[in-house]
Amino acid sequence: MTLPAFVSHPVVRFLARRVGYSLVVLIGVLVVVFALVALVPGDPVRIALGTRYTPEAYEALRAASGLDRPLFVQFFSYAGSAMTGDLGVSFRNGEPVAQILLDRLPATVSLAAFGIVVACAIALPAGIWSALHEGRLSDAIVRITSQFGLSIPDFWMGILLIALFSTTLGWLPTSGYRPLFGDPVGWLQHLVLPGLVVGFVAAAILTRYVRSAVLEVADMGYVRTARSKGLPPRVVTFRHTVRNALVPILTVTGIQLATILGGVIVVEVVFAWPGLGRLVYNSVAARDYPVIQGAVLLMAVGFLVINLLVDLLYAVVDPRIRLS
Amino acid sequence: MTDRVLDGGRVGSWRLLAGNPVTVVSAVALTAVLVVALTAHWIAPYGINEVDVPNALRGPSGAHWFGTDELGRDVLSRVLVAVQASMRVALVSVVFAVVVGVTTGVVAGYRGGWVDTVFMRVVDVMFAFPVLLLALAIVAVLGPGVTTTMLAIGIVYTPIFARVARASTLGVTVEPYVQLSRAMGTGSPYILARHVLPNVAGPLLVQTSLSLAFAILSEAALSFLGLGIQPPEPSLGRMIFDSQGFVTLAWWMAVFPGAAIFVVVLAFNLLGDGLRDVLDPRQRTMLEARRKQ
Amino acid sequence: MSASRPVLSVTDLHVGIGRQPIVRGVSLAVHREATLGIVGESGSGKSMTVLAATGLLDAPGAVVSGSSALVSEGDPVELIGASPRALRSVHGGRIGFVFQDPGTSLNPLLRLERQITESLEAHRRPTRREAYARALELLDAVGLPDPEAKLGAYPHQLSGGQRQRVMIAIALACDPELLIADEPTTSLDVTTQAQIIDLVRDLQRDFGTAVVWISHDLGVIGQVADDVTVLHDGTAVEQATVLDVFERPQQPYTRQLLEARPLVGENGPSAIADDAGTLLEVVGLDVRFPVTTPVGPSTVHAVKALSFQIRRGATLGLVGESGSGKSTVAAALTGLVRADAGRAVLDGTDVFTVRRSGGRRAEKALRRRIGLVLQDPFSSLNPRIPVAASIGEPLVVHGLADGRAARRARIDELLDLVGLEPSFASRYPHELSGGQRQRVSIARALALEPELLILDESTASLDVSVQATVLELLADLQYRFGLTYLFIGHDLAVIQRVSHDVLVMRAGEAVEYRPAAELFAAPEDEYTRALLAAVPPARPRDAV
Repeated sequence: MTLPAFVSHPVVRFLARRVGYSLVVLIGVLVVVFALVALVPGDPVRIALGTRYTPEAYEALRAASGLDRPLFVQFFSYAGSAMTGDLGVSFRNGEPVAQILLDRLPATVSLAAFGIVVACAIALPAGIWSALHEGRLSDAIVRITSQFGLSIPDFWMGILLIALFSTTLGWLPTSGYRPLFGDPVGWLQHLVLPGLVVGFVAAAILTRYVRSAVLEVADMGYVRTARSKGLPPRVVTFRHTVRNALVPILTVTGIQLATILGGVIVVEVVFAWPGLGRLVYNSVAARDYPVIQGAVLLMAVGFLVINLLVDLLYAVVDPRIRLS
Repeated sequence: MTDRVLDGGRVGSWRLLAGNPVTVVSAVALTAVLVVALTAHWIAPYGINEVDVPNALRGPSGAHWFGTDELGRDVLSRVLVAVQASMRVALVSVVFAVVVGVTTGVVAGYRGGWVDTVFMRVVDVMFAFPVLLLALAIVAVLGPGVTTTMLAIGIVYTPIFARVARASTLGVTVEPYVQLSRAMGTGSPYILARHVLPNVAGPLLVQTSLSLAFAILSEAALSFLGLGIQPPEPSLGRMIFDSQGFVTLAWWMAVFPGAAIFVVVLAFNLLGDGLRDVLDPRQRTMLEARRKQ
Repeated sequence: MSASRPVLSVTDLHVGIGRQPIVRGVSLAVHREATLGIVGESGSGKSMTVLAATGLLDAPGAVVSGSSALVSEGDPVELIGASPRALRSVHGGRIGFVFQDPGTSLNPLLRLERQITESLEAHRRPTRREAYARALELLDAVGLPDPEAKLGAYPHQLSGGQRQRVMIAIALACDPELLIADEPTTSLDVTTQAQIIDLVRDLQRDFGTAVVWISHDLGVIGQVADDVTVLHDGTAVEQATVLDVFERPQQPYTRQLLEARPLVGENGPSAIADDAGTLLEVVGLDVRFPVTTPVGPSTVHAVKALSFQIRRGATLGLVGESGSGKSTVAAALTGLVRADAGRAVLDGTDVFTVRRSGGRRAEKALRRRIGLVLQDPFSSLNPRIPVAASIGEPLVVHGLADGRAARRARIDELLDLVGLEPSFASRYPHELSGGQRQRVSIARALALEPELLILDESTASLDVSVQATVLELLADLQYRFGLTYLFIGHDLAVIQRVSHDVLVMRAGEAVEYRPAAELFAAPEDEYTRALLAAVPPARPRDAV
């Protein structure tokens, strides 16, 4: 059987390597996630049952969770079912974990998406501008401001914003979530404050990377060549400097987006946002291990998938890979 | 604000460091914080759990510079002790992360081969988990408290040190002077001690400062969620959590603890930046470190 | 002196960075259809002079004064202090630029057609068709094969020489009166360099462009220039026609530069006895190593079944262009890279066997017998330790001097051997010049008291006058101590000066291997002949 021609195409080869690598990491992730519960001191079932403990309930839950089998078997069983979407059932209410996660996903995705959009809207212009004016006052201002953004605890910012905009001024609701498709205006209204918190912090991080990337590119020989052609400054800046910096910036934005997914926990708690983060928090309090496992796994997988997508984009955009 | 890095010896570095005003200011600020952290219990005007209900929810005044909380406790005293606790957690976790991470990274970078591949895959797996999430999960498994917080934050910050150490080590081992040492028969211990570590120390110092900043933020977040430092020990995160119901009534309950976090973290960040301008000549971005897989 | 009208006239140009003067009162003139060669060593200010004179200088804190006027058409345009808009219409429109490094001078994300047409768009208003036609015409004029396909290509798909041709095409896109070429062939192989020199000459003849050619290489200047300006430390030391500068140099600095040049056809090293015996014998050396490209791993077959010998007390010159595998030979011999096949016998010791299975002590003893000096003086020394520590490392590692005092004494001896004063011992590398650092590297290699010294492009990064002194030092040491050298390089003139035998390599294989005298007198292989022909001759081309 001969393989189709496209298999040796450089982009396909590049991606195959990246996918292979991601799979290896995925296995590691599964091991860690599984180990989290395996390492719980004491008996997770007993802890989960807490005051509801009865010998019958104990046996039932234990059997249902498959915790009576040897570790090895448990791991493969867990990994296997995870691959097919079965993540077990919640210790708290017996519902399938996968369903619980799916219910909470839209809220977190809305928040993360809004956040990354805000972050890019701030970071790209600020970082580029700051790099182009390196060493001058405007650069210093951007650098200091981004340092401020990096240093603010996000929950603190959230609480203060609520106090200002919701409680005192009454412009925006204090908490809660409205689904996009049911109530778009409400969706946006509720999204603004938490989204801004997530966005500002991400913007601070992103600005520094954007600035770095642009500075590195600005030093390159082809920028000098562009100037020597007598091109208008705007063309030099955008077609040559910024456009080439976008490639590394794209990579960082992807990493940032993936990082946000995990960073929303605290913001969701502050704003009573019914997303994955708040779910994790509640599950930790209730020792609902299957849900914790499922949520952690989902977020890690999300991170890997986003990185793969960024790599795909990178392969398509950079001719050095596309046409090796 | 950005000083040009000189291809200089140690003498040049110190002078540059001193010449950068931001670095100097943050170093001074951090020294002050360190003093506070060490002497918190002695300089605090009141006890941290000195309940005084009649004086609850009073604003900043001569008697209570930072006001009082809902139980009449002095916010300033609690903030001071909480800062001490935060610093302690941050320091221990970062020391853990440095020791484990740097050893791993240097060994991986220097040895190369399968050792490198294995170590770095493990690091990559750890990187796949968002920081706070992993810390939460660890604390969930081991139970809340100061010790688990230190362990959790330490574990979560180890990969970044491994990456930075490895990238620096790789950068040094490809330098001709290391190749020449190997060619003439110099043993690995000598090369590591004389050539690798001095050139790796710079980026590591930068990363240490930055990680201390983030460790404090992480500890605050964990305490806010009730999983970090447990009451009756005061913690900045917990104080902010407790202030939620009273923000409009008593803004000082939320503002001062948060500002304390902000100031300390900012100082560490600025110091790290200043150090980077001087000590990390190639100013590698995280991207290069990530791309070098 | 060329009789035609001047195109660019520079008067009393001063450039300083902050308080540091870089260019001190330089005046020069470039004429139509003629080439002005600006020659100087590193730090002479040659690039800065031209960049400032054409208004392209972009260094913070730079202070420029004097006059630089474009005088060819209509009213003279003063470039110093001109408005950015005026400069933009001149750059690309009336002055074209070619820079040194073709690898980074082209935007990796843009197709070549775009990189040419954007220059056209900035100065004229061509239609798409006109722009395309012009781009095609230009690529053809610079001698690129299959220009239509090349238009849609990206820079990384071209070789270094081809990229430089594209740079020239871009520079000439709008038919400028003046072409500035700043070290355009320095990063290229000697054969490619010859092609580019011919190309520029042809283009100049066809389009009547005035050219300013900046280089540190007198040989190249001799080939390309009609008039020459010699720069030293920011001043124009001598300015005359090329023939006058080469045959009747007036200034001592010019004479010094001319004398320092290694030239093919000059005397080689002092002869050695016929019965010297063989120190190193290499048979069938084969090296492959893996490389990772973004798309995946692959292997490079760097050295293919190479065999040669080095006589005791003699120098074997190993010549090749980049990618020939010559440095890999050095790496294999010093153990930095593993040899896949072949044998190397150093005075009775089978090198590769010892490395593979000889045990640590034997391996260490072996490493002492081969010394290595690399190309880059700046990265060959650990910047954080003083010179004495660098030189002392082999003494410590191999136990060659007992105790601090003995070590210190030996270090002073070694410094003296390489012509440096004892005070250098406590200095740090950044306080030393390039030539001094290379001497330290040599001292460190000598500290091993090796039987064989491998010099891998060890003078290639040095200024010509400095190179001459280092070569003299090496010759002196060989004579005094009977040292055996493997001298690796790409500059045939240098190779001739130092080598008793020569091995020419290409793509991992030996092309020609003979005693130096025979090879230079009558090269047998076509590749060797091409290499020799490409070397800039001692005397400048005849004036037109």
